[in-house]
Amino acid sequence: MFGYVIKRAFQMVLVLWAVSVLVFVMMSFTGDPTYMMVPLDATEEQIAQARRLLGLDHSHLTQYRLFLKNVLQGDFGRSFVFRQPANSLILERLPATLEIVFLAMAIALVVAIPLGVYAGANPKRAGSHAVMAGSLVGISLPGFWVGMVLIFVFAVKLQLFPSSGRGPTQEVFGIRVSFLTWEGLRHIILPAVTLSIGTLAILMRIIRAEMMEVMRQDFVRFARAKGVGQRGVLFRHGLKNALIPLVTVFGLMLGDLIAFATLTETIFAWPGIGKLLVDSIYRGDRPVIVVYLMFVALMFVVVNFAVDVLYALIDPRIKIR
Amino acid sequence: MSASTLDRFLASELVHNYRRNLPAVIGSLIVLGFAFTVTFGPGLVAQDPYDIAQLELMDSFKPPAWLEGGDPAYWLGTDGQGRDVLASIVYGTRISLFIGLTAMLASCLLGTTLGIVAGFHGGWLDAVIMRIADIQLSFPSVLTALFLMSAFGTGIEKVLIALTSVGWVVYARTVRGSTLREKQREYIQAARVSGLPNWKIILRHILPNVLTPIIVVATIQVGTFVLIEASLSFLGVGVPITKPSLGLLIKNGFDVLFSGLWWISVFPGLVIMLLVFGINLLGDFLRDELNPRLK
Amino acid sequence: MTAHPMPPSPLLQVRDLRTWFDTFGGVVKAVDGASFDVGRGEIVGLVGESGGGKSMVGYSIMRLIDPPGRIAGGRILFDGTDLCGLDERALRKIRGREIAMIFQDPMTALNPLYTIGDQLDEMLRLHTGLSARERRLRCIEMLHEVGIPQPEARLGNYPHQFSGGMRQRVVIAIAMIAGPRLLIADEPTTALDVTIQAQLLRLMKHAVEKRGASLILITHDLAAVSQMADRIVVLYCGRIVERGRARDVIERPRHPYTRGLLDSIPHQGLKRRRLSQIPGTVPDIRKLPPGCAFAPRCPMAAPVCRESAPNLVGGPSGHAVACHFPLEAKAA
Repeated sequence: MFGYVIKRAFQMVLVLWAVSVLVFVMMSFTGDPTYMMVPLDATEEQIAQARRLLGLDHSHLTQYRLFLKNVLQGDFGRSFVFRQPANSLILERLPATLEIVFLAMAIALVVAIPLGVYAGANPKRAGSHAVMAGSLVGISLPGFWVGMVLIFVFAVKLQLFPSSGRGPTQEVFGIRVSFLTWEGLRHIILPAVTLSIGTLAILMRIIRAEMMEVMRQDFVRFARAKGVGQRGVLFRHGLKNALIPLVTVFGLMLGDLIAFATLTETIFAWPGIGKLLVDSIYRGDRPVIVVYLMFVALMFVVVNFAVDVLYALIDPRIKIR
Repeated sequence: MSASTLDRFLASELVHNYRRNLPAVIGSLIVLGFAFTVTFGPGLVAQDPYDIAQLELMDSFKPPAWLEGGDPAYWLGTDGQGRDVLASIVYGTRISLFIGLTAMLASCLLGTTLGIVAGFHGGWLDAVIMRIADIQLSFPSVLTALFLMSAFGTGIEKVLIALTSVGWVVYARTVRGSTLREKQREYIQAARVSGLPNWKIILRHILPNVLTPIIVVATIQVGTFVLIEASLSFLGVGVPITKPSLGLLIKNGFDVLFSGLWWISVFPGLVIMLLVFGINLLGDFLRDELNPRLK
Repeated sequence: MTAHPMPPSPLLQVRDLRTWFDTFGGVVKAVDGASFDVGRGEIVGLVGESGGGKSMVGYSIMRLIDPPGRIAGGRILFDGTDLCGLDERALRKIRGREIAMIFQDPMTALNPLYTIGDQLDEMLRLHTGLSARERRLRCIEMLHEVGIPQPEARLGNYPHQFSGGMRQRVVIAIAMIAGPRLLIADEPTTALDVTIQAQLLRLMKHAVEKRGASLILITHDLAAVSQMADRIVVLYCGRIVERGRARDVIERPRHPYTRGLLDSIPHQGLKRRRLSQIPGTVPDIRKLPPGCAFAPRCPMAAPVCRESAPNLVGGPSGHAVACHFPLEAKAA
């Protein structure tokens, strides 16, 4: 177990390093941010000074070395726009993103598990076909467009929910969350539903397919022969086995949610890291983009590690090495 | 075909499957419909939305024809420049599908080549290619493409490059796996011993074996690419405003959605859904039919 | 009929059972009019080649036939109750508690995610009102009975930590722990090593006899059945072709199919005798010939065999055969 953790930690560092190189290389080719920093009527002298300030007068290699050195000290540079450390910008907005991501995941699981189990256990029934068709539509929908339609119907026409913003937040263990108040919930519900659609659709398909596979197994028949009831067969014997492959794609689904949060947050003006990323891309705010990517990469490696451990915990056949 | 052969054909499992597989029929009809639209559509719609001479600013923001204030000349209404939404959709679909198909072909070519090279050559080349693929896979495609586009700036060819950079991985992994499996087979060993050049072995023995999974992946990927391109364009980092794809049409409509002008963004979204839905139906059918394990 | 004292009513009476599958090619009659009894404490062998519908008889008795399959007709009387008339709720009380079933492949019959203790215990939770402590003791006792060493320590193990033979012992333990009156064993040893097969058959026989329960042993292995069964039922293409006391059927087979099966068993002591095989293969059950289903493979088939299917006709001591030209009862 200990050796395994060391090995994984090493892999994580390697991935993060690779990402840092890629990020740096890409950023170096994206033009000169100096001109965004100086007034339009700046003199040559001012421009040169700004370049020195940004460290752009060094060679690329030196720039990278400086970049790496600063990163290792936890300094990712200052946002060109906000004039404050880029990593604190990200950390500030992270809870808002995690909030809709987790709520979306919860919605997806709560809806997809019963439907997927039902469809997988009765693949021939009309209801099962309806579930499949629905999930295929869900996969084929552009998520951002769903958000727009929801805004139009529920915010513009029916005026049930606000169309944008996060609403009031409350501090819990030092993290600001919005789902504890009714007003906060009203704000979060549309973005979370929008974000959940894609994951929900994929989850239903996976659970259905896995359930169909599991229900064919001998041990399910044996369980029925033991006199186990329908619910016990489906959930105790079926679902638990069907969930194992699901754990392996959990990391990927979380990644997709974070990726699509950029779109959802943009539509709903949700103040999370996704909207920050999109805004920073518009503004050419390089340090923020870099921190975002490094941070998201770190998150993915950690999640994948957690998933592997979880996998071993659920499935007794897997031994961590 | 004699009567008895026809009878036997009609009673066969294939026909039975096809009849039962209504989704496959619907999927192929949708895809055929789109093929027709992008081929002949521009000749059928009344307006070229990008020819400024044909636009009437007087006709801006007309609702769909069946609503009050609608103009029978513009079935699905018009946008702020008086562009016919239907015509914009037809032209936008061409751009979206062109990008989806071209990026798919490029990804397929690149990924298959790299996969075969990795599987056939092995060693350090294999390690390098596959590590890159692993790292790439740990990042969601949309995010990678978004990041690349933020570096490139807008442009159709840039979207193609971004999509290809995220799309090749799935082919490379699939093809590498099949190549490794096939390489073990005795007939390939024999072919190698007999001095058949590598490219001939690849062309004659390996490629045909990896074709089936590639077809399935490629079909579904067109839909995925259409969606990713739409997302990028919606964020303003995809196609240029002079060549609006369906995603960019939605973005343009989003700005006026709050004034109740829903048709400008809703119809392009429906079209994306229908297109991707059709492709996915077809992809599902192909996967089920071509995968002997599931039969 | 000779005047015997009335025997007690059999535990299980299967009457004219028809288990059909609706497929696109038409109705597949996996079981077509099977009738047989299983007496109390009796071991009945259900024999036939694979594809002969014998597993479907087992599943039908358990009422575990899933669509597109259905029980199209007949009655299954268990201790006087027709199982075909019961709803799912009532069946759950029968399954496991009254009738238990064992499957062919012990590698897949156990749920990989639960300990074997849990899976044994599940049966007791479902069918008894015992306390956790009592259940645990019963589980240990049962594992001990089926020959699992250190049963207490093994309760917490997962199926993958057992060998195939050990797993089948666990499966037998699970099947027997709630004290069923009938055990249906569907090819219980086919997937195992030959050396283990005999042990497990003895174990099963012992477990059943100890409780006075009955056993239906479904197998293609006539040799195994001949050593264990009191009575034998031979199935071919969903129909019973021969039925009788084990010794009668083994020593004086009257159906050419049974004879064929017997001739293909290797005998110890009879050296250098060529094993004969039944020519041909089991026909596609969807396209059965009009007459006797065995006619195409039968060495003594006559024209009448290809036209009309013979009925099962009883002989002395209940030895019945479905053949137009039954073999003469002569000493083997």
